[in-house]
Amino acid sequence: MEKSKPHLLVILTGLVVGAAAVLLTAMGNPGNMGFCIACFIRDIAGGVKMHTAPVVQYVRPEIIGIVIGAMAMAMIGGEFKVRGGSAPVSRFVLGFFVMVGALMFLGCPLRMVIRLGGGDGNAVFGLLGFVAGVWVGTVFLNKGFTFKRAYDLPTLEGYALPAINVVLFIFLLMGAGVAASNAAAAKAAADAGLEAPEAAKTLLAFSLKGPGSLHAPILVALIAGLVVGALAQKSRLCMAGGIRDTIMLKDLHLLWGFLAIFAAVLVGNLVLGKFKPGFEGQPVAFNTLVSGNMIWAFLGMLLVGFASILLGGCPLRQLVLAGSGSSDATVAVLGMTVGAAFCHNFGFASSGDGTTANGHIAVIVGIVVTLIIAFANCAKVDD
Amino acid sequence: MHTVDARGYACPQPVVMTKKAIEKHGLPLTVLVDEKAPLENVSRFAANSGHKVSHKDLGGGEYEITIE
Repeated sequence: MEKSKPHLLVILTGLVVGAAAVLLTAMGNPGNMGFCIACFIRDIAGGVKMHTAPVVQYVRPEIIGIVIGAMAMAMIGGEFKVRGGSAPVSRFVLGFFVMVGALMFLGCPLRMVIRLGGGDGNAVFGLLGFVAGVWVGTVFLNKGFTFKRAYDLPTLEGYALPAINVVLFIFLLMGAGVAASNAAAAKAAADAGLEAPEAAKTLLAFSLKGPGSLHAPILVALIAGLVVGALAQKSRLCMAGGIRDTIMLKDLHLLWGFLAIFAAVLVGNLVLGKFKPGFEGQPVAFNTLVSGNMIWAFLGMLLVGFASILLGGCPLRQLVLAGSGSSDATVAVLGMTVGAAFCHNFGFASSGDGTTANGHIAVIVGIVVTLIIAFANCAKVDD
Repeated sequence: MHTVDARGYACPQPVVMTKKAIEKHGLPLTVLVDEKAPLENVSRFAANSGHKVSHKDLGGGEYEITIE
């Protein structure tokens, strides 16, 4: 372990993640959304038709890349360990509510940082809520919260999620050409003021409009994911962990990674002329600054922060751990995926126009359920 | 010397367990972990707290950390 430059790897990782985010948006991803673990898992849920919201259906190669990249780096470093059994259903439920909170705010903690680097002032309310949620989580950690230990499992168990991702990627490639020509035909018709022709069928769903239709080239997105997944595995990058360790241990090690992402995104946006400070009209964010949006951005991210602490990491970290063989993290990711489907099937998710009443209920229920799980798992730490 | 068995626990449990053990039992302290991430985290926590920390590779992916 490098004692002379302990923060070098996590800072480098943050800079690469930030730069990759700016690059992906420049090459077609939605604004301030070079990466968003929550939005992208939601898009994948749409791509496999777990929900049918037409503007957010696309199997995002970034997610696939992160899982495979993390797996490869873990194996290279002898850190691919297949284990699980630490309260899987509770983790599934927490993953579900992490997604509910994230889709209320319109971003996971990583996208929150990217939005801040793009000048999106709404993300400040999210950051405040996230810090508050992480703080609540640390209160329970200090009270002895634990899901108890995980146990070694057969190796095949650890290959399941990566295999699923490979299969998704194959189907993405199979449908991408047809989807692209559908999109081109739709655009040409729209430009000419005509109705779009009937789209040729693909197995997976591909949005023709909205954020799901905005994406960087598949190979670029995949490679970006692979690189980020590998670096995030090695450096243990985690947004929730950064704030947690600062609060609990006055250890800023992971926070440096967080700050590096922000710095890289900010500089990248300034260089490309995409830095747009303000609260209104931000890309794939609330259109107007009203108290309701501020409050629910705060509460949504509070839920994300609190639940992430109990899970042991933010959504990016869950994805990386899942790729590294953690069955527990995989279950959390599955919970997020089902959560995303529910959000769009039952109208929990926010949009530029603002939040929804169903979403408010879902977030409050999520906070209550997370509190119940937290209290129920506070064993006296017997040492 | 008190021993903390943090094997199988995911972050941040190993560090939290170590912190509580130091408060309750003082030093020296032995911590058992079975992954590299907790090894790094516990060692960094101990060093940041001003303690002397060393570790032994027990094989099979397990490590014994000694804090004094």
